[in-house]
Amino acid sequence: MNPWIVTNLWLIPAIPLAASLSILSFNNARRKTAAAIAIVGQIVALTMSILAFLPTLSAPGFRAGHNFIWFTFGEQALRLGWVLDPLTAAMLLMITFVSLCIFVFSIGYMAADKNFTRFFAYLSFFSAAMLGVVIANSLLLLFVCWELVGLASYLLIGFWIHKPSAAAAAKKAFITTRIGDLGFFLGLVWLYHGSGTLLFYDGGRGCLENAALLALGGSATSIALLIFCGAVGKSGQFPLHVWLPDAMEGPTPVSALIHAATMVAAGVFLVARVYPIFSLGAINDVTPSLTVVVWIGVVTGLMAALIAATQSDIKRILAYSTVSQLGLMMVSLGVGGVAAGIMHLLAHGFFKALLFLGSGSVIHGCHDEQDIRKMGGLRRLMPVTFITYAIGMMALSGVPLFFCGAWTKEEILHATSHWPKSQAPHYLIMLGVVLTAAYMTRQMIYVFFGNPRAASEHAHESPPVMTRPLVALGFCTIFLGVVLTPAWPWLHDYLNGETARFDLTRLIQPMLFVSLALVIAGIGLGVLMYRRVALQDRHRNVELDPLESAQPFLFRFLENKMWLDELYEESFILWSRTAARLSDWMDHYVWDGLVRGFGSLGQLFGIFTKGVDERAINAGVDESVGGARGLGRLMSAAHSGQIQTYLGAVAIGMVALLILYAWLA
Amino acid sequence: MITVLILIPLIGAIALFVGRPANARTIALTFNALAAFYALMLWQKFDVDLAALQLVERHVWIPSIGAEYLVGIDGLSLLLVLLTSLIFPFAFLAQKMDRGFSALMLVMQSALYGTFTAQNFILWFLFYEMSLVPAFLLIKIWGGENRDRAATKFFLYTFLGSVAMLLGFLGIYFARGTFDFAQLVDLAKSGNGLLSGKIAWFAFAGIFLGLAVKVPLFPFHTWLPDAYEAAPIGVSMVLTGVLSKMGVYGFIRLLLPLFPNEIKIVGPWLLGLAVCSIVFASLAAWAQTDLKRMVAYLSINHLGYCMLGLFAISARAASGATAPESTSSLIDMHAALSGVFMQIFNHGITAAALFYYVGLLEQRRGLRGIDDFGGLMQRTPLLCGWMSVAMFSSLGLPGLNGFIGEFLIFKSSFAVAASFTAVAVLGLLFTAIVFLRAMQSLFSGPLAQSCNALVDLTRSEKFVVVPVTLLMFAIGLAPQFLFHIFNTTVITMAGLFS
Repeated sequence: MNPWIVTNLWLIPAIPLAASLSILSFNNARRKTAAAIAIVGQIVALTMSILAFLPTLSAPGFRAGHNFIWFTFGEQALRLGWVLDPLTAAMLLMITFVSLCIFVFSIGYMAADKNFTRFFAYLSFFSAAMLGVVIANSLLLLFVCWELVGLASYLLIGFWIHKPSAAAAAKKAFITTRIGDLGFFLGLVWLYHGSGTLLFYDGGRGCLENAALLALGGSATSIALLIFCGAVGKSGQFPLHVWLPDAMEGPTPVSALIHAATMVAAGVFLVARVYPIFSLGAINDVTPSLTVVVWIGVVTGLMAALIAATQSDIKRILAYSTVSQLGLMMVSLGVGGVAAGIMHLLAHGFFKALLFLGSGSVIHGCHDEQDIRKMGGLRRLMPVTFITYAIGMMALSGVPLFFCGAWTKEEILHATSHWPKSQAPHYLIMLGVVLTAAYMTRQMIYVFFGNPRAASEHAHESPPVMTRPLVALGFCTIFLGVVLTPAWPWLHDYLNGETARFDLTRLIQPMLFVSLALVIAGIGLGVLMYRRVALQDRHRNVELDPLESAQPFLFRFLENKMWLDELYEESFILWSRTAARLSDWMDHYVWDGLVRGFGSLGQLFGIFTKGVDERAINAGVDESVGGARGLGRLMSAAHSGQIQTYLGAVAIGMVALLILYAWLA
Repeated sequence: MITVLILIPLIGAIALFVGRPANARTIALTFNALAAFYALMLWQKFDVDLAALQLVERHVWIPSIGAEYLVGIDGLSLLLVLLTSLIFPFAFLAQKMDRGFSALMLVMQSALYGTFTAQNFILWFLFYEMSLVPAFLLIKIWGGENRDRAATKFFLYTFLGSVAMLLGFLGIYFARGTFDFAQLVDLAKSGNGLLSGKIAWFAFAGIFLGLAVKVPLFPFHTWLPDAYEAAPIGVSMVLTGVLSKMGVYGFIRLLLPLFPNEIKIVGPWLLGLAVCSIVFASLAAWAQTDLKRMVAYLSINHLGYCMLGLFAISARAASGATAPESTSSLIDMHAALSGVFMQIFNHGITAAALFYYVGLLEQRRGLRGIDDFGGLMQRTPLLCGWMSVAMFSSLGLPGLNGFIGEFLIFKSSFAVAASFTAVAVLGLLFTAIVFLRAMQSLFSGPLAQSCNALVDLTRSEKFVVVPVTLLMFAIGLAPQFLFHIFNTTVITMAGLFS
C-alpha cells in the first residue's frame, strides 16, 4: 500500500494555491494576515515535502503515484495523476525551501508597496503552479501547471503595472514562452496520438515505459524536439531567451523566484522528466534530439556568459548568468548526465536565490539604484549581505571544496568529456566557466570593493527579515556542497536510483584540478582587469569599463545583447504585424469586396429590369403598365435600401434553380 | 415538454405588452428565469445513457409537403438548450432595454429553442429563419454607428445563405420525399447514399453555403464583424453566444451525416478553410482597434476550431482506416466530437462574457477603442481582474474552460491532418498576442486622464460576473458534468460518421 504522503501528494501544490486564493479575497489593509497565510502555506508545503522525501530514501529508485480520471470522452477516460520519485522529491524540497526564504525576504523588501497583499497571493500561486509541474504524472497535467507558471510569471513580472516597461516585459515573457509552448503542445498531442496515453508511469503502460516507447518508434525524435521547444521558451534558451533579462522589471523577489526555484527550472525539469523519449534508440547515449539539446545549451551558455560580462545592471548580470547556467544544465542533460544536470539545477536554485536576494538587499540599501558602476565599498556598509553574496558568488563561479556549485560543475565537465560525438562542447563549457568566474569577480569588485560611489554612500544594512533568509540560503549553499562531493556522491546516486558509497579517493580527480585552474583563471582575469576600479577615488561614477576601452565594438555588441531584440523587432515581429494588417486589409477589400461586387451586380440587374420596364413593357398595353411601373419603382429604390433588389434577384434565381433541378432530376 | 419551453419566451413577449413598459426588463427576466428552470428540468428528465432522441413530440402538420411537427432532444440539443438558457438572461442583464427590444429578444430566444430541438427540416428551417428577423430588427433599430448598413448586410448575407440551403433541401426532398432528419440520415447510410451525381453536389453546395455563412467560415465571414460591432451589446452577446452555434449545429446535424462522400472529396479544402478561419481571423483581430470588432474576429477564430475538428473527423472517415487503426480512429472521432461540443459551449460563455465586459467599459467611458483607456488597473482593479479571467479563458489557458475543447480538437485533428493542425496552432499564439496587447493597453501604464472617474464593478454587475466566472473555473477544472450530458450522443454520432 502506498504511504499516506503518496496518496496526498496533491496537497503540496494545493495548500499554497488555497493560500493564494484566500489572500486574493482580502483587501489591501490586512497585510500581516496575508503574509502570514502565504508563509504558513509554504511552511506546510515544505514540511510535506520533507515527509515526501523520506519514503524515497527507503529504497533506491523508489517510485509511487496515484492516477485518477479527469474526464471521459466517448469510451476513453483521460487520466491525470501525480508521481513521487527521487526527481520529484528533490525538486519539491528545493522549491519549497527556496520559496520560503524568498517569501520571508519579501516581507521586508515589499514593505512599502501598497499592493502588498496581492503580491503574496501571486507568489503563492507561482509556487503552487511550479509544485504542480514537478508532481505531475501526466504530460497534460504538467502542461496545465506549466501554463499556470507562465500566467503567474506574467502577473508578477508586470506587478508594477503602472510602469509601462513592466507591462511590456510581462507581455514579452508570456508571448515568447508561448511560442515555445506551441511546439510543446504539438509534441503533446503527437505523443498522445502515438502512445495513446499521456501518463508518464502507469504500471507498464505509461508513455515513458517500454511498451509505449516502442510504439513511438521513429516519431520519438520529432516529439522530443517539439517538447524541447517548450523547454527552450521557459528555460530561456537561445533563441527564445530574450524575455528573461527583461523579466528583471518585476520586483527583485520575483526575479529570485523566476530564476531560482520556479519558471526557468521548469524547462530543465521537463527534459529530465521525459528523458526516455529523448534517449529512445540511443547509441552510446547519442540521439539526434539530444544532440540538438547539447548544441542549444552550448550556444546559450557561451552567449549569455559573454553578454553578462558587459552589463552594468546588477540584476541583469545575474539574469544572464542564469541563462548561461541553464545552458550548462541543458548540455549536461544532452550528453547523458541527467543526474549532473539536475544536481546543478538544485544547487543553482539555492545559490541563485541567494544572489538575487542579495542583489535585492543591495538595491534596497542603495535606494533603488541598480547600476553597479554607481555602487562600491558596500563591503563595510553591508557586511552580512557582503558575506552571503560572496558565498553565492563563489558557488556560482565554482570555487572547489566548500561550495555546491563547484561539484556540480565538475560533474558536468566530467559528463561532457565522455560525449562520444564531439569534444567541442567540453572545451566551450570550460570557456564558459572561466567567463562566469570573471564576470562575477567584476561584479563583486564594482559593488563591494573600493570606495563608495554616488549611490552607495548612504547605504545601510537591510533589516533582519531580509538578511536572515540570506544567511539561511548561504548555509544551505555550503551544506549542499557536502552531500554533493564525489567522495560521497549521495545526491547523484539518489537521483540515479543507486546507493551511494563513501570513497575518499574519488575526491581527488584530474577534473578537480582542471576546474580549480579554470576558476583561478577566471577570478584572476577579473581581478586583473578591474583592480583599478577598486582603487578608484570617491565620486567618480562614470568611467569607461576596462573591457570597453580595450574592445569598444565588441563591448557595445555584447552590451546591446547582440542586437537580438532589435533583430526580432525588425523581422518576426514586423512580419507578423504586417500579416495582421494584411489580413485586415484583405477582409475589407478582397473578401468583402467580392461580396459588395456581388451586391453591385444585383443592383445592375435592378437597373436593367427598370430599363426593361420603362422601355419595352411601357411601350405595350397601358393597363399592364401600372403594375410594372410599380415594380420598376421598387427596383429603382435599389440605391437607398438594397433589400428589394436582392429579393427580386433571389426570387428569380430561385425559380431558375428549381427549373434546373427539375431538369437534372 | 419541449413545446412548453419554446412557448415560454413567446408568452413572455406577449406579456411584455400587457405589463407596464417600465417593467419590461423585469418581465423578460422573469420569463427567462422560468425558461432556465424549465431547461434544467429537461436536463433532469433527460436520460444521459440513452442513445435515441428523447422527450419526442410528433404531430401531423402539413402532410402534403412532408412537414411534421417533430421536436426532441439528444445530448447535443440539450447542451445547446442549456447554453441558450444561460446566455439570454446574461444578455438581458448586460444593458437597459425597452419593451420592443425585450420582446424581439424573447422571440429570438424562442426561435433558438426551436432550432435546437426541431427534428424535421421544414420545422427547423422555420425556426432558423425566425431567429434571423428579430436579430435584423434589433441591429437595425437599436444598433450603433453604421447600423443600417450592417443590418442589411447581415440580413442579406444570411438570408441568401438560407435560400441556398432551402434549395438544397428541396432537391433532397424531390429526390427522396422526406424532411425527417433521422430518416434522411438512415438513407444516407444505406448503400447508395442520399443522392447521386450532379444533384448531390448541388444540394451539398447549397446547404454548405447556408451553414458556412451562418458559422461563419472563411471567406464567408465579412458580415460578422460589422454586425457584431453595430449590434447593441446584449444582441452581440446573443449573436456570438448562441446564434453562431446554429451554423455549427447544422454542420453536425445535417451536412456531415448526409453528405459523407462529398465531404470526403472536398475534405482537404474544407480543412484549409477552417485553418484560414483560425489564422486569418486571429491576425485580423490583432489589427483592430475597436474592442467589439476585436472580440468579433476572435469569435470567428474560435468557431474555426470547431470547424477544424468537424472536418478532421470527416476526413478521417475518408481515409478508410484499416483494422488495427480503427480503435484509435474511433477515439479520435470521439475526441473531435466531444471537443467540438465543449468548444461550442465554452465559446458561448466566454465570448458572451467578453462582450459583456466591453459593454461595461463602453457604458462607463462612452467609447470602446483600445486606445481610449489606460491604467485601468489603478482605478477599477475588480473590473480588470474579472475581465482578465474571461480573456485568459478565451486564449485557451489551461485550468479555465477554453482549454479542454481546444485540446481535444487538436488531439484529433493532429491524428488526421498533422500539417493543417501545425498551422492552426498559430491561431493560439495570435489570440494570446491580441489579448495581451489589449490588457497592456487597457489595464497597465499610468492612469489615463479620461479614465479618472470610471467606477469599479457595482454590486449588480458582480452579481452577473461572479457566477459566470465560477462556471468558467468549474468547467476548466472538473468538466465531467458537461461531458456527461453528451457522451452517449458522441458515441452514437461517431457510429454514424464512420
